[in-house]
Amino acid sequence: MAEKSESRVLSMAKQFYADFGLPRLIIAAFLLALFVLAVILRMNIGMLVSDSLVRIGMNGILVLSMLFTLACGVGLNFGLAVGVIAGLIGAVTSMNMDIPGFGGFLTALAIAVPIAVVFGWLYAELLERVRGQEMMVGTYVGYSIVAGMCMFWVLAPYRNPAMIFPLGGMGLRNTITLDRTFAHVLNDFLAFKIGDLAVPTGLLLFFALFCVGAWLFFRSRAGHAMRTVGANPAFAESSGVNVKATRRLGVIISTVLGAIGIVVYAQSYGFIQLYTAPLNVAFPAVASILIGGASLQKASVGNVVLGAVLFHTLLTIALPVTQTALQGADISEIARMIMSNGMILYALTRVERR
Amino acid sequence: MGNGYVLELNNITKSYFGTTVLKAVSLALKPGEIHALVGENGAGKSTLMNILFGMSVIFDTGGFEGQIKLDGQEVTIDSPKKAMELGIGMVHQEFMLIPGFTVAENVKLNREPTRPNIVSRIFGPKLRTLDEAKMEKDSRIALDKLGLSIDETALIASLPVGHMQFVEIAREIDKSNVKLLVFDEPTAVLTESEAATLLTAMKRLASHGIGILFITHRLDEVMEVADNITILRDGEVVSRMERKDARLERIAELMVGRSIKRAALAPRAKEPSDDDPILEISNLRVEMPGERVRGLDLTVRRGEILGIGGLAGHGKVGIANGVIGLYPATGEVRKNGQRIPLNDPKHALLSGMAFVSEDRRGVGLLLDESVEMNLVLTAMQVQGKFLRPGLIEGLRLEDRAEIRRHALQSIKDLDIRCTGPGQYVRRLSGGNQQKVCLGRAFTMEPELLWVSEPTRGIDVGAKQIVLDLLVRFNREHNMTIVMTSSELAELRKVCDRIAIIYEGKVAGILSPDAPDTDFGLMMAGVSAARREVV
Repeated sequence: MAEKSESRVLSMAKQFYADFGLPRLIIAAFLLALFVLAVILRMNIGMLVSDSLVRIGMNGILVLSMLFTLACGVGLNFGLAVGVIAGLIGAVTSMNMDIPGFGGFLTALAIAVPIAVVFGWLYAELLERVRGQEMMVGTYVGYSIVAGMCMFWVLAPYRNPAMIFPLGGMGLRNTITLDRTFAHVLNDFLAFKIGDLAVPTGLLLFFALFCVGAWLFFRSRAGHAMRTVGANPAFAESSGVNVKATRRLGVIISTVLGAIGIVVYAQSYGFIQLYTAPLNVAFPAVASILIGGASLQKASVGNVVLGAVLFHTLLTIALPVTQTALQGADISEIARMIMSNGMILYALTRVERR
Repeated sequence: MGNGYVLELNNITKSYFGTTVLKAVSLALKPGEIHALVGENGAGKSTLMNILFGMSVIFDTGGFEGQIKLDGQEVTIDSPKKAMELGIGMVHQEFMLIPGFTVAENVKLNREPTRPNIVSRIFGPKLRTLDEAKMEKDSRIALDKLGLSIDETALIASLPVGHMQFVEIAREIDKSNVKLLVFDEPTAVLTESEAATLLTAMKRLASHGIGILFITHRLDEVMEVADNITILRDGEVVSRMERKDARLERIAELMVGRSIKRAALAPRAKEPSDDDPILEISNLRVEMPGERVRGLDLTVRRGEILGIGGLAGHGKVGIANGVIGLYPATGEVRKNGQRIPLNDPKHALLSGMAFVSEDRRGVGLLLDESVEMNLVLTAMQVQGKFLRPGLIEGLRLEDRAEIRRHALQSIKDLDIRCTGPGQYVRRLSGGNQQKVCLGRAFTMEPELLWVSEPTRGIDVGAKQIVLDLLVRFNREHNMTIVMTSSELAELRKVCDRIAIIYEGKVAGILSPDAPDTDFGLMMAGVSAARREVV
């Protein structure tokens, strides 16, 4: 009897291991170790948790954007910068109009989304022509559009003095503060505090809303079509699904989410970052969804949430904890690089070729 | 020493994973002899050739039993390179030529005669100068042996397809030691006159003392050039004869030769007839690589099971793929008199047809999805079944309860052996995967079902079950079925009529009870084939 129950526990553990995966176990264990260390060092756990919640919320939608390109078989959206640029155009345009609070936030989205749809469409057309190499081409599209947009930021006819370089009267600044417009509107919405633990309710609700939306989408006819195209284009074709249009839809949704995601990110951060900053958006998002357990073959909303939580909690608390423990040494940036790039590498080596 | 044979194969036996594909096959070939090896697809011809050429697929699967002798000496051929060194040449079905090189350069590829120069004296023989004059001269000699007048300095890309074949052959005979040439269905891609030239060339080569092993489906060619004929069926030599004793009909019968008792099938209330066609195809052309359909006319009777047979490469598989719209097609297809747009799978499926692909794992299934999703996805996408009401058509949500109910019903109906509707299809056996494919099609409740190779790669017991399923749905639901299969035997078991496809067209339509000879002749494209319409 004892042997039997033992073997059952063992097989359950094996099953859990198989479902959860080694990378997630390691990261979760590392995370736990950091928290234990933080407690030993008598650090402010409440603050660490609130910081993590903010980072999860502000990055969540960017991670979610990866889900749609994965689902439709295009792979990881390394060209997320395309959507981010659209979002930034929306944000600076809204800022230029000087609309305070929620109005400014919604205006930014209202401008960003249509631009993202157009950008996404063009981006999808390009990816369609390079089938099989979407991820590599996407990476370069990201670099190119960021470089191209550097000129736009300098030449664009924005006139709000808070945004442009103080000298010369032209060209947007590298970093634009949103204090006077829509900084923290989501974070502060219905926010509450328990001791030191501040909960950015609005931000988390907004992320949750998109997750539920995505979850429902993948239970709809169009969502099933998208998953089918990703899993087996030939099967999709023989089921009367328009493969090209479905892939295009996936890329457009991903791009739009990239745009919305960066606006949410900016309002939480309190600044808009222009010029080469969008280059730094795609990799953490890619790493997050992979850490969450997604692969090029299969990805779900659960992977997105788990990945956002694991990756961004780790990033948030690694810095203060290691700083306290090692008296000032900053390994968090290095850890972030190793983790995010290592994770991407790990996932890409596991691509099954059909 | 030698006993006059250039090649002897003695008692070659080979099995793949417990299935015996060659049983004690023996064959002997004299210099200057043209020996024809004929048999249906899957008779074991390619396995025999793989053994002769030392292909790695043989050794990776446990080697073979038996003995190979060249010029009376036993040899071990463990790589294609070894085979070449021993003087065995192969003329491939697909051309292995470089289009941007000249004929001479291709003939001499990697065996170029060279002259030393200053650079090569310092840096080694890899940098020697090509002796182009000698290359062209040698090529000329080889081409002349074939009786071919093509220009040795022409680019391959500029040659007609038929001539490329000859360049291949020229390359083989240019190898000075070649004593045995294997022709693997060399005339498959040639026009009639090109084929005739090739046959003449083969005879010329034989007269130079080269032994020729000629693998083919085309019996009239066999009768024209072969000295001896060996017939393989199901991995066994069923007969061996000299040409003077051979008759076309006899070979055809031996090749097909399985007298199968046709099990009594359930009768119908109304027998299908030409007066009530469900589908009329005229001048259908399908660009499916390797299975081209070239202007096919066919009428399918309402309520029948129509078999489509024929040898590989003649286009039988292309028909269903073309009608459903998976490969570019032109022509006219009318269902119930209504014209169906081609190259548009969605409309084809909406018009009440369903398709079970020959490529089960590639097209037929989502391997990493559950049984139930595989069953319902196509019906969901095409017909909007299994969806809850919703405002926007594309965003209507799945109806989980209905999907589950249907999946359980299908699993019971089709006897799909699985742990439940949620099991991934990848984990199922081939037979059960095929049942899921059929279930996927049945879920569409089609009037007309196209099934391609329904029993390929599944075990014998499962084969019978799949065939029974088809018959049952045909009788119970009055579902018209067009079944494409490489296995004539199974077509003859369940079909009402069998159309034989030859070179992309219907060669004729036979009754399943027609004699083996008729099937064999028709499949082999014998021009005088009797065209009996049932």
